[in-house]
Amino acid sequence: MSHRKPALSVFNAQLVWKEFRHIFRDARSMLILLAMPVVQIILFGFAITNEVKNAQVAVFDPSGDAVTTRLIEHIHASRYFDVVRNLGSAAEAGEVFREGRASLVVIFSENFGENMWRTGEATVQLLADATDPTQAATLTGYASSIIAGYRQELLAERRIPMRVTAQVNMLYNPQLQGAYNFVPGVMGMILILICAMMTAISVVREKETGTMEVLLVSPVKPAALIFSKLTPYFALSVVNLATILLLSVYVLHVPVSGSLLGLTMLSLLYISVSLALGMLISTIAATQVAAMLASSMVLMLPVMLLSGMMFPVENMPKILQWLSSIVPARWYIAGVKKLMIEGLPVASSLKEIAILSLMAIALIAASFKKLKK
Amino acid sequence: MRNTLARSAQHLSIYVENLTKRFGSFTAVDNITFSVERGEIFGFLGANGAGKTTAMRMLCGLSKPTSGSCVVAGYDVSREPEKVKQSIGYMSQKFSLYEDLKVWENIRLFAGIYGMGEKLIASKTEQTLAHLGFEAERNTLVKALPLGWKQKLAFSVAIFHEPEVVFLDEPTGGVDPATRRRFWEMIYQAAERGVTVFVTTHYMDEAEYCNRVSIMVDGRIEALDAPKNLRQRFGASGMDAVFQRIVEK
Repeated sequence: MSHRKPALSVFNAQLVWKEFRHIFRDARSMLILLAMPVVQIILFGFAITNEVKNAQVAVFDPSGDAVTTRLIEHIHASRYFDVVRNLGSAAEAGEVFREGRASLVVIFSENFGENMWRTGEATVQLLADATDPTQAATLTGYASSIIAGYRQELLAERRIPMRVTAQVNMLYNPQLQGAYNFVPGVMGMILILICAMMTAISVVREKETGTMEVLLVSPVKPAALIFSKLTPYFALSVVNLATILLLSVYVLHVPVSGSLLGLTMLSLLYISVSLALGMLISTIAATQVAAMLASSMVLMLPVMLLSGMMFPVENMPKILQWLSSIVPARWYIAGVKKLMIEGLPVASSLKEIAILSLMAIALIAASFKKLKK
Repeated sequence: MRNTLARSAQHLSIYVENLTKRFGSFTAVDNITFSVERGEIFGFLGANGAGKTTAMRMLCGLSKPTSGSCVVAGYDVSREPEKVKQSIGYMSQKFSLYEDLKVWENIRLFAGIYGMGEKLIASKTEQTLAHLGFEAERNTLVKALPLGWKQKLAFSVAIFHEPEVVFLDEPTGGVDPATRRRFWEMIYQAAERGVTVFVTTHYMDEAEYCNRVSIMVDGRIEALDAPKNLRQRFGASGMDAVFQRIVEK
């Protein structure tokens, strides 16, 4: 029949348009796609952080001299602590912890100021609730640094020759902001979730409803089918990438200190890996529920636990380190940390780029092979 | 009724020879041979698991035969699958339209997939909507339509690009008899325009509507003839009884 030209091209505008329609008509997908990055960035940036702000502090100060008073003022003035209670005895500390009224107790020795000037030695005890070891370590760390800072101040005032004290420098993240760690992590997680999970679900949905069969009977090339499935999620991922970067720069104040172009290229590579992973999952899973479960088992958990987003890869047992190396997010997050946070040149993340490229090629080849069957 | 005898081979829309499909040691389709003429309504009957869906999937190019050949619309399915795909329409057992697309969007999408031009799509869409009495439903999402309407629309979409053969896999599952009756009127209209209709069903009253039916049991075609001849041969009053006798044999 003469009016018909074979639909041989890889790009089929009708099919691409249809995929966008599916997404735009589904309020749930839209919500997941557009609100998730914002919610996650805000959650991770502000709420879920291991930074400590305004922790409640109880103080036992039996000496009550000028030195301890000023030291307590220093602690109270810092943004990490609020001194909420003066204890009558050191024994009250246990009670304060049990009732949850303070997370740190500072106990000064008797005659603190006098001892300090006379012998150069005065002791202060820091008690923290170590049921949450991370928080306890953070609190005592902050408190010790305030005390050490105050001592240096005193030494300078009295013009006593300076003693050498160890000074810890926090590189790249001088304020120890959690956001510096979480932004790359959230990028790694959101991009893979949107690309892989949403793609897999949208392909499997067509298998479930029977429309996939109708498409396979039609003259559409398999490549055109895949291309049209991937295009909208690719576009939305780019939008999400921009959203995350804008939020992190302007809301969380985490700047892009390296090359924006390099970061974008790395992210596009990671998006490709994720899309290919989604296609592969969709060729294996038979139902939407299976696709969802597979995505969360294969993607969510490893990304959160093994990518270095929450726990440093270096501290993991060897077997988990080995496992983490097949998680694409691990390499992406490492690359983002180098390019965005540390501001290193693109050449520094060549290893990550090479590994992600290999993963992309392997996954695309595997999903094409699976689809051919 | 159509004269089903004495047609030359070039009038055959489907020609199947020694078609076999095995899954491991299980033979789903066992060496079947049959042909369907152009414009014929061919009923493909069988109990669930008799192999009719497997056979149909091979005819559509969705599944590769273990052995044997099938020629559809003049093209060998294994040698020229692309040409076969251009010449057939397909309505799957599951509902085959996009529920979250509007009526006109579904039509346009599938017409576009088959490479039809914009102008032709536009004019034919009007024609189809008018024919279905769906003018008011143009912008309705398909999921909001009653099941019977959806199936009529799915059939219209399956034959929109004027295929030579249309495959219908249990198209009337789950609809009431009155709607089924109207659906079959559409099938007749299509056949009168020269479209070959290949339909699987397990409703025996529908078998009566076909020009010829084949009855599959355990992967083999046990009987193939016009419903009237089958009733005579088995001395049965209806196709239901014919089917029972063949299956119990």
